[in-house]
Amino acid sequence: MPILWLFVLVLALGLIGFVLGRMRALKDAHGDIRQLHSLPNYYGANVLFATLIPGFAVMVIWLIAQPMVIQSQVTSLIPERAYTDAGSLNLVMSDVRRVAEGLDVAVAEGAMTHEQARDIRSEFTDVRARLGAVGVALGSNVEPYVLQAAQKYRTLSNGGLWLMTVLALGAAVLGFVLSYLRTNKEQRSRNSVERVILVLLIGAASIAILTTLGIVLSLFSNTIEFFKLYPAKDFFFGTTWSPSFGGGSELGIIPLFWGTFYISFIALAVAVPIGLFAAVYLSEYAGPKVRAIAKPLLEVLAGIPTIVYGLFALLTVGPLLVDLFGDGGALGVGWMKGGTAVMTAGLVMGVMLIPFVSSLSDDIINAVPQAMRDGSLGLGATKSETVKQVILPAALPGIVGAILLAASRAIGETMIVVLGAGAAARLSVNPFEAMTTVTAKIVSQLTGDADFSSPEALVAFALGMTLFVITLALNIFALYIVRKYREQYD
Amino acid sequence: MNDMRIVKRDVDMNDTKISAKGVQVFYGDTHAIKDVDVEIKDKTVTAFIGPSGCGKSTFLRCLNRMNDTIDVCRVEGKILLDQEDIYDKRVDPVQLRAKVGMVFQKPNPFPKSIYDNVAYGPRIHGLAGSKADLDVIVEKSLRRAAIWDEVKDRLQAPGTGLSGGQQQRLCIARAVATEPEVLLMDEPCSALDPIATLQVEELIDELRENFSVVIVTHSMQQAARVSQKTAFFHLGNLVEYGDTQQIFTNPKDERTESYITGRIG
Repeated sequence: MPILWLFVLVLALGLIGFVLGRMRALKDAHGDIRQLHSLPNYYGANVLFATLIPGFAVMVIWLIAQPMVIQSQVTSLIPERAYTDAGSLNLVMSDVRRVAEGLDVAVAEGAMTHEQARDIRSEFTDVRARLGAVGVALGSNVEPYVLQAAQKYRTLSNGGLWLMTVLALGAAVLGFVLSYLRTNKEQRSRNSVERVILVLLIGAASIAILTTLGIVLSLFSNTIEFFKLYPAKDFFFGTTWSPSFGGGSELGIIPLFWGTFYISFIALAVAVPIGLFAAVYLSEYAGPKVRAIAKPLLEVLAGIPTIVYGLFALLTVGPLLVDLFGDGGALGVGWMKGGTAVMTAGLVMGVMLIPFVSSLSDDIINAVPQAMRDGSLGLGATKSETVKQVILPAALPGIVGAILLAASRAIGETMIVVLGAGAAARLSVNPFEAMTTVTAKIVSQLTGDADFSSPEALVAFALGMTLFVITLALNIFALYIVRKYREQYD
Repeated sequence: MNDMRIVKRDVDMNDTKISAKGVQVFYGDTHAIKDVDVEIKDKTVTAFIGPSGCGKSTFLRCLNRMNDTIDVCRVEGKILLDQEDIYDKRVDPVQLRAKVGMVFQKPNPFPKSIYDNVAYGPRIHGLAGSKADLDVIVEKSLRRAAIWDEVKDRLQAPGTGLSGGQQQRLCIARAVATEPEVLLMDEPCSALDPIATLQVEELIDELRENFSVVIVTHSMQQAARVSQKTAFFHLGNLVEYGDTQQIFTNPKDERTESYITGRIG
């Protein structure tokens, strides 16, 4: 039975349970809702959950466990001479799965009977041709052990699915019956429904946390792999970045970090003052009408995809800067050779970050109690004195948080850098030269035919891990700042 | 507590400090203050009493143009401070507020040190020529607010760490540090316990030597204890205004009598 039908069946059973459980509770109370411990729907929901949870739990666990069990059983059929390492074993196993699927298709289309699919031997039948006839193309002739393994795979997985269907339905029915029989007017069904909801909420929260953990772990193993192939000292302290897939690459992170921080610094130098001033204007000076229009407009900036900012940098800002600072430019300084430069990417990224700084700061400034403003104005301070001496200091922890958040964004930004700053890893103090960042290099190391056992590809994970640690540290620092000063004006 | 304590200092009936004529205040469409005339004397404590929502705080906030910060608020009529119309276009509300200080209902110290709280006004108005000058002003103000002894050892501690009564006295010190001519107090004791209230009341009585004090209060006993003049507001009207003793012992208006004896309000 397909899994979808099983799913629908269990769901239907649950819904029937809902109606029946509700009716049973009402009947027990002789139709008087006031005699019930909980509202009737809770009794129904109780039976519903008692049916769905065991049913779905069996399905989920089975679907996760079955492939692993079958894999280990089938692997034993493949002779050791057929593979040299885990990589080629995986290739053989994918052949096995393909043949097994092919047999399934053949049976479904009537080209073979079940018995034939189970018993044919590649020694006597041209399996490749037979499967090709039903539209399953195989790359090579089927080895006898592959066919055997595929047949075993097929039998096991079909049997497993049937067993799962029976067990899942059994668990669902059992839960249904037990909870239905326990339904009476005294039952505290409301409390148990609350508990289910609590577990649901905890589950949602842990998925987010576990995903973060999973991301870190997936980076971790590859990072370790990289450091086995490439010395950590050269990675962290090397000043040259010149990967070559032919070997002999130098993978020093310093030029990349220099580019990252230089561009982020320029971006923040643009975004922080402008964003902060915009926030002060919006929250302290602007009338409600201006605010109602200006704030959403400013936040539109945050919704523009970064690739569009990248195009803006490449096509507009870069040439403009060259006209000013390039050879024969308006200023005649000749600092800039091409449109892609740290300055180009930094300026555009700064514009992108303005709404982050301004929107968050605006909320924080608004949260400063009116009593603070009154107190200051009542002493004869002007508006700007009040902002400068009372409101900004009171809002400082939140503003620092907003700035650090913007910094995290700047460090992680990729598209603007790729298009605006170029791809040359370079250590230079001239902001009009092309440089590149960690994220842009991660992209270039992983695009194309990456061989995941060479240090040139694995370095991407080490770069990602380092970047992750740095942004994490920034975020923790931001949290610390905010916590430390948060209760000042309460 | 001695409810009707006779104030020791003589009421020195000086010149009129603030004179309001035909003041009307509107909040949007609401007519909050209706045609109020009042003469506030110098070096006198004037109490505004009345039931909640009668407009006494609103009127108080007109006296230093704090209502300007509320967009929908509109003030009509004339308010003269030393014969000068404070709503005249030439008057800078910022300078006016330096002359007419204000203490609010809820203590609102800035999230700064005690010292910086008191030094705030003198700094922005340039009242102190040097650090030593500022130290003198801060100490004098804290002494006047009767809080010096409690905080002299921790002037650099945050003002928000003080207790409620101390915070309110700190706010009073902050207000007197700018040497205002009039001190407006909007229910300064409503968030305080009886002991802190007593301290603040004694303080108000002392402040009368230097300033004209206008106090809004919900407590009639407090008005009787600290003020020499009392104004009774009801539904946006100034019902009766006169010597405190006369208002409390021999009110002319029926509504005043009802309020004082507890029949309305």
